[in-house]
Amino acid sequence: MSLSLEEVKRIAHLARIEVSEAEAVQTQGQLNDIFGLIESMRAVDTEGIAPMSHAQDLMLRLREDAVTESDQHPLFQSVAPQVEDGLYLVPKVIE
Amino acid sequence: MEWETVIGLEIHAQLSTTSKMFSGASTQFGAAPNAQACAVDIALPGVLPVANRGAVERAIRFGLAVNGNSTHNINRRSIFARKNYFYPDLPKGYQISQYELPIVQGGAVNIVLKDGEKTVHLTRAHLEEDAGKSLHEDFHGLSGIDLNRAGTPLLEIVSDPDMRSSEEAVAYARAVHSLVRWIDICDGNMQEGSFRCDANVSVRRPGAPLGTRREIKNLNSFRFLQQAIEYEAKWQIETLQDGGTIHQSTVLFDPDTGETRAMRSKEDAHDYRYFPDPDLLPLVVSEEWLERVRGGLPELPQAKRERYARDYGLSAYDAGLLTQSRETAAYFEDMAGRLGTGAAKVCANWVSMDLAAALNRDNLDIAQSAVSSAQLAGLVARIRDNTLSGKMARELFDAMWKGEAASADELIEKKGLKQISDSGALEAIVDQVIAANPKSVEEYRAGKEKAFNALVGQAMKATRGKGNPAQINEILKKKLAG
Amino acid sequence: MINASLKELSAALAARRISSVELTRTYLERIERLNGELNAFITVDPDQSLALAAGADLRIARGDHAPLTGIPVAHKDIYCTKGWLTTCGSRMLANFTSPYDAHVIERFGAAGAVILGKTNMDEFAMGSSNETSFYGPVMNPWDRAFVPGGSSGGSACAVAARLAPAATATDTGGSIRQPAALTGITGLKPTYGVVSRYGMIAFASSLDQGGPMGRSAEDVAMLLNVMAGFDERDSTSLQREGEDYTRDLDRPWDGASTASPLQEGSRKPLRGLRIGIPKEHFGEGLSPDVAQAIEASLAQFEALGAKRVQISLPNSGLSVPAYYVIAPAEASSNLSRFDGVRYGYRAPVSEYRDLLDMYCKTRAQGFGAEVKRRILIGTYVLSHGYYDAYYLKAQRIRRLIAQDFVEAFKTCDVVMGPASPTVAFMIGAKASNPVQMYLNDIYTIPANLAGLPAMSIPCGFGDSKLPVGLHIVGNYFSEARMLALAHQYQRATDWHLRVPAGV
Repeated sequence: MSLSLEEVKRIAHLARIEVSEAEAVQTQGQLNDIFGLIESMRAVDTEGIAPMSHAQDLMLRLREDAVTESDQHPLFQSVAPQVEDGLYLVPKVIE
Repeated sequence: MEWETVIGLEIHAQLSTTSKMFSGASTQFGAAPNAQACAVDIALPGVLPVANRGAVERAIRFGLAVNGNSTHNINRRSIFARKNYFYPDLPKGYQISQYELPIVQGGAVNIVLKDGEKTVHLTRAHLEEDAGKSLHEDFHGLSGIDLNRAGTPLLEIVSDPDMRSSEEAVAYARAVHSLVRWIDICDGNMQEGSFRCDANVSVRRPGAPLGTRREIKNLNSFRFLQQAIEYEAKWQIETLQDGGTIHQSTVLFDPDTGETRAMRSKEDAHDYRYFPDPDLLPLVVSEEWLERVRGGLPELPQAKRERYARDYGLSAYDAGLLTQSRETAAYFEDMAGRLGTGAAKVCANWVSMDLAAALNRDNLDIAQSAVSSAQLAGLVARIRDNTLSGKMARELFDAMWKGEAASADELIEKKGLKQISDSGALEAIVDQVIAANPKSVEEYRAGKEKAFNALVGQAMKATRGKGNPAQINEILKKKLAG
Repeated sequence: MINASLKELSAALAARRISSVELTRTYLERIERLNGELNAFITVDPDQSLALAAGADLRIARGDHAPLTGIPVAHKDIYCTKGWLTTCGSRMLANFTSPYDAHVIERFGAAGAVILGKTNMDEFAMGSSNETSFYGPVMNPWDRAFVPGGSSGGSACAVAARLAPAATATDTGGSIRQPAALTGITGLKPTYGVVSRYGMIAFASSLDQGGPMGRSAEDVAMLLNVMAGFDERDSTSLQREGEDYTRDLDRPWDGASTASPLQEGSRKPLRGLRIGIPKEHFGEGLSPDVAQAIEASLAQFEALGAKRVQISLPNSGLSVPAYYVIAPAEASSNLSRFDGVRYGYRAPVSEYRDLLDMYCKTRAQGFGAEVKRRILIGTYVLSHGYYDAYYLKAQRIRRLIAQDFVEAFKTCDVVMGPASPTVAFMIGAKASNPVQMYLNDIYTIPANLAGLPAMSIPCGFGDSKLPVGLHIVGNYFSEARMLALAHQYQRATDWHLRVPAGV
């Protein structure tokens, strides 16, 4: 599995991380090394083996429907980059 | 028909829980910005989701309601998955939803159209969390983000592309709207955003494979739903006829212009990289739970309609009107219960016509009706025992609506309105009318039907409207014949 | 004082021979003196620490105290600590004062422990050398030219250099055990689900576990008693009956289920213990000096009564590739919340034109190179068309690896081997070669994939007089027994009492 430079840029865009041309080239090399490491697992026969997503074979615990949180927005927003009138501000969202 | 429009609807219904899908923050509408966005909702580093039992229960109720109360369409084991994309109103950078294994798989909803009934099949319904809101009001060229809505539980209801017109789509949307309110899982308040429709629209020549569809997002009124579908279908047909192609895209409806247009974001926006959420375990619903929910469900609209047809002989149309809400059905059933099966049709008419008109005029829900089912039953009883004519009853209804009396009987007493049904008295009056209107009598005997009505009118006038019209008719006919 | 065990310190505090304020001050002074060269701590706040110490002293005076009341504990900067800067070793959170406490922090607070400071770590827990931190590398106290291991390098260094008597850490692919091995201390990763992850900034959700680091198994057991337990805010937290992880420390292996404690001078306390030796972990890639120290420690276990059993973990070689699909995949999603909108770093406004640009620059500038690499890998293996071949495949391999252990535990009680293929390496030696760096985790990763408890204890020295760690993997929920056998080893040896020069 070898990534093209185009793919590196596409993934960087999906992940919302800006990469310069030079960075893209360097990253491409490193990613391809890492994929070299990963490739070995693809050849193994896993027919009939169920994927394992959790250590224990358990089911989801559910919470009773009740309000347990109070308004802490002044505290939470004290760490925000930009807030006004209780709203988080970001560059305009264009549809 | 040259072109066929194919429509599928995705409906997002906000579930009526008190707290959020994955956190204990309140879901109440109208709070100050971010006052109901707790640490989990704003996705602080290190926070984790814990699923709300009330939301799951509501999803189960829905699954049962669209499957005739059978649990075959409920996946005992379903999986929460992450839908990854970046947007300021999506704090985690992913939405927790369900992808490969939703809680409800399959089902159907019956819709009543002008010219008959149709079954719309459901592909699935799954649980997910709502996003926050971007306010585009200008904050010096910036957007403001309110995360109060972020994390509210949603049930996403996906239909098969079974609809063929905006009429069908609206009928389906209304039916689902009615149903979710019926089973108490969603308040259906479209102005507050509790019930939102996305329409997938494509066109094709009849018999051809499905065309490329475009998705019209966030339609929050039935009127907009209808307008948007009609515009979009027309636009697609014109585009194809001009030799153009339809590109799969997301589209917004502008209520001011009545037009749809494609959104600017495109291409890779659709690689959501779904994978099972590792912070959550598989959602398992037990048979005991399912049985408990099933036992707690009220009689569903479809079952009620069938019962009304069977036991009361009501038409599908009438039954449909009465089962638009549980409250309306309950009102009707209370009346019919008091007056007996034979009165069912009359009750149905009163509920869906006179009562409905009054409620509409005063902008009230049936729960706020000025006349209760007991009171209205009392009124209808007096029509059935010939105490009142239909016309008089309507007058009394208006009076009761205005609060002039607590019961029909009270008003009858007060106004001395008993209908004259004493045949002796009526015969006497008819004799007088015949004597006083020789011209009309002659014209009637000469074959003019209208003259008969004139005589009836005179008799009613003579009784100051209190005469029993059916009796007067009978007596008059007899006397004129003989 | 700084060489005392937690048990001794606890007794001294309870007897009022020392105060928590004195004790805390002692460590704060050492940190002031030595942190400049070692860089183990990112944040120290003497005022807050001493206030907590004073509070602990009041509790002790009232007679209302727990074993760890008044004990200063250093916390890996991955645990959200209310009112403290919590950076996760990243520029992305360099300005983030946490508005809430992680569950683990709450538990230490309830126990009356003192927050000594926040320790340095590989950025977002991604690394095996503590070289990816925005705050610079941590030095190995045994030789400052060498790495301490990672990602919990700061916590390991703090304990090894006695800048703290105890520390918390986290382990996703070996981040507790490998630095413990490289710095000659004891570290334990519990069974997945035993320690709550609420407030522990997520790297790879299905692999992350919080755990203690200390100077001995006994100390680590006391720390685990505080850290472990159900938390309703973590859906993967296990609801189990409470355990006292110190309960088996003085019991013989054979009689561990009966009430009688060990007779003083009993020479074979580990009779009956079957130690599985996986042949796959003793082949190519293992440095001879490490192999030698491990061999000596196994002989020591035999002298204590244990028996070796040859076992095989046939899918062992697939654990690193599978891990480097699963962990980056989950991380790529977990780190999407770092977008400059609600907290953390945001690129300077002069540098971006619109929302998309803001995201891309914020994340390009806020994250370091290793984090970005892993996010890109993770994004790729989850993307359309690759999910089945990579992510799902890796999860199947994961099950094979877990099954290997199920098989192994039929014939042995614990699996032992090296924690790291080499002793510590020089700072900068592997930094430019990610794959080389990833291979450091080759022995530790399988336990994370399987969710099994695992620990590392010091067992000797290798080349350049650097510490070697013995890796021990137990069956699910067997932490108390693992700590017991480690304790017996530490009663018979003194590797865990060695102290680096110059600190």
